[in-house]
Amino acid sequence: MRSRRFAASRAIRYIARREIWIERVLFLAAGLSAAVVVAIFSMLTWFCLPLFTEHRLGAVLEWRWDPIHQHFGILPMLFTSCLLTIIALIVAFPLTIGICSLLHGVLRNGVLHRMLLFLLHFMTGIPTVIYGFVSVFVLVPLLRWVFEAGTGFSLLAAGLTLSVLILPTMVLVLHAELDQAEARYRLTAEALGFSPEQTIRTVLLPACRRALVVTVLLGMGRAVGDTLVSLMVAGNAAQVPHSIFDSVRTLTAHIALVLATDSHSMAYQSVFAAGLFLFLLMSCFQAFLRFWAKHGTVFK
Amino acid sequence: MIRSLFKMYCGLGLVLLVLGLSAGSAASGALDVFKGLEGTIQIAGGTAHIPVMNDAAKAIMTANPKIRILVEGGGSGIGVQKVGEGLVDIGNTGRPLTEQEIAQYGLKSFPFALDGVAVVVHPSNPVTNLTAQQVRDIFSGAITRWKDVGGNDAPIHLFTRDEASGTREVFWEKALKKGSVASSANVVASNGAMKVAVAQDKDAIGYAGIGHVDASIKGIKLDGVAPTQENAMNGSYPVTRKLYMNTKGEPKPLVKAFIDYILSSEGLQIIQKHGYLPL
Repeated sequence: MRSRRFAASRAIRYIARREIWIERVLFLAAGLSAAVVVAIFSMLTWFCLPLFTEHRLGAVLEWRWDPIHQHFGILPMLFTSCLLTIIALIVAFPLTIGICSLLHGVLRNGVLHRMLLFLLHFMTGIPTVIYGFVSVFVLVPLLRWVFEAGTGFSLLAAGLTLSVLILPTMVLVLHAELDQAEARYRLTAEALGFSPEQTIRTVLLPACRRALVVTVLLGMGRAVGDTLVSLMVAGNAAQVPHSIFDSVRTLTAHIALVLATDSHSMAYQSVFAAGLFLFLLMSCFQAFLRFWAKHGTVFK
Repeated sequence: MIRSLFKMYCGLGLVLLVLGLSAGSAASGALDVFKGLEGTIQIAGGTAHIPVMNDAAKAIMTANPKIRILVEGGGSGIGVQKVGEGLVDIGNTGRPLTEQEIAQYGLKSFPFALDGVAVVVHPSNPVTNLTAQQVRDIFSGAITRWKDVGGNDAPIHLFTRDEASGTREVFWEKALKKGSVASSANVVASNGAMKVAVAQDKDAIGYAGIGHVDASIKGIKLDGVAPTQENAMNGSYPVTRKLYMNTKGEPKPLVKAFIDYILSSEGLQIIQKHGYLPL
């Protein structure tokens, strides 16, 4: 009896000690992530300082990119990055809701459910370059042939490719959350006589409104940050698009294209400004959506 | 299991044997200077140089396994930056260095080949000849339909290269006479990507190194002169450039041996094999 109690207290102490270590490691990881973000921001600001101190910020904040004629405006790229992200989300978000509803409604069990999930897991593992590659050889010629407007390398092509790219991540995040909500509410909902479809629409999705925001944030992060797809598919013309068939250049693609130039040219310095604005853009998006999720009235 | 292992060892032995034999036969002539040398050569920069660099590296590393040669791309701009900051031993450029670059980093240039830049279109495009003025007007956006230069009634799809490209630099200077390029032009990041883009689009026009022109794209005659290596060599085709290897100051012995190999008769064969002209 005594020895058993002793063993139990030792086990508790062991667990407590282990938890302290887990806590420390996690704290360290969190601190490191925060430090990296701060470091990136300060480095970008440091490299951008010449732009601010020498009154050349105006040169970067204009609507014309034409290094030959000394125009280094990155606003078209900034605009394009926002627009492309919104297009990708407009396509991907309804699809995410649809697929998740399918996974928790009609296809709740069975082979198709497992196959769809397997496919989604598989899609997250496909490298970005594969999506870009396939788009260049399939989607771009298709768009050129169907719409006969421009070269096919366009806002639309990049938006569609990006939406496919971010779709699996978004679905899996929402699906995981819906699974938890389902475990909590399914029995109650069934007892109230709700059909699976009604359960999703009126119980599960409203219960997951925070997860919806997180889903959008994750998808957005991947869409804004993706470089390769826009570099390969969007056409990279530094202009403000007038239609979705126009060739466009995103901030990320701009950085990739210009980084290799002479490191003392103004074009090279504009790259750091592009990086800074990309960083600020993402922060603003995140802050706005989080604020909206907390104080907005849409989901309440 | 044992049998498959045995097979594997046999295969491995065979590969080693073949490697040894080829090394034995290749270790002659210009490769003799690498005897007794060891170390690593790092190369980065212009993408047009890569096939030549790779072949030379393969021959040297086969003859002397103690030498490691790493070849990267990145473009002419990257080549200057990396060699200037001492990150690589040789920085390749598809353009002469600017005076500022030479002064700032103390770079030394070794030109080794001549490459022309051709205006390229889809093989099915009926247009075969353009005047220099027409090319300038097309790229500046003044001419927007193929009909205006004797082609199909279709819009012209413009493709150009990125800001760091040596090919773009030559084309802009020699063919466009430093004229502007329409901002609606698509930008691709390598000669290979240009080939893919133009080969797929029957209304496309772009430009690429003559060494890259093959059956999938068609080189356009400029003022009646075909973009061939012969015409580039005898000077009748105007849009040409030299390919350079650059080192920071005097190269160290191993790097010097590599540069000498590229300039040797065996190096010339490699250069010619890839469609460039030795100087």
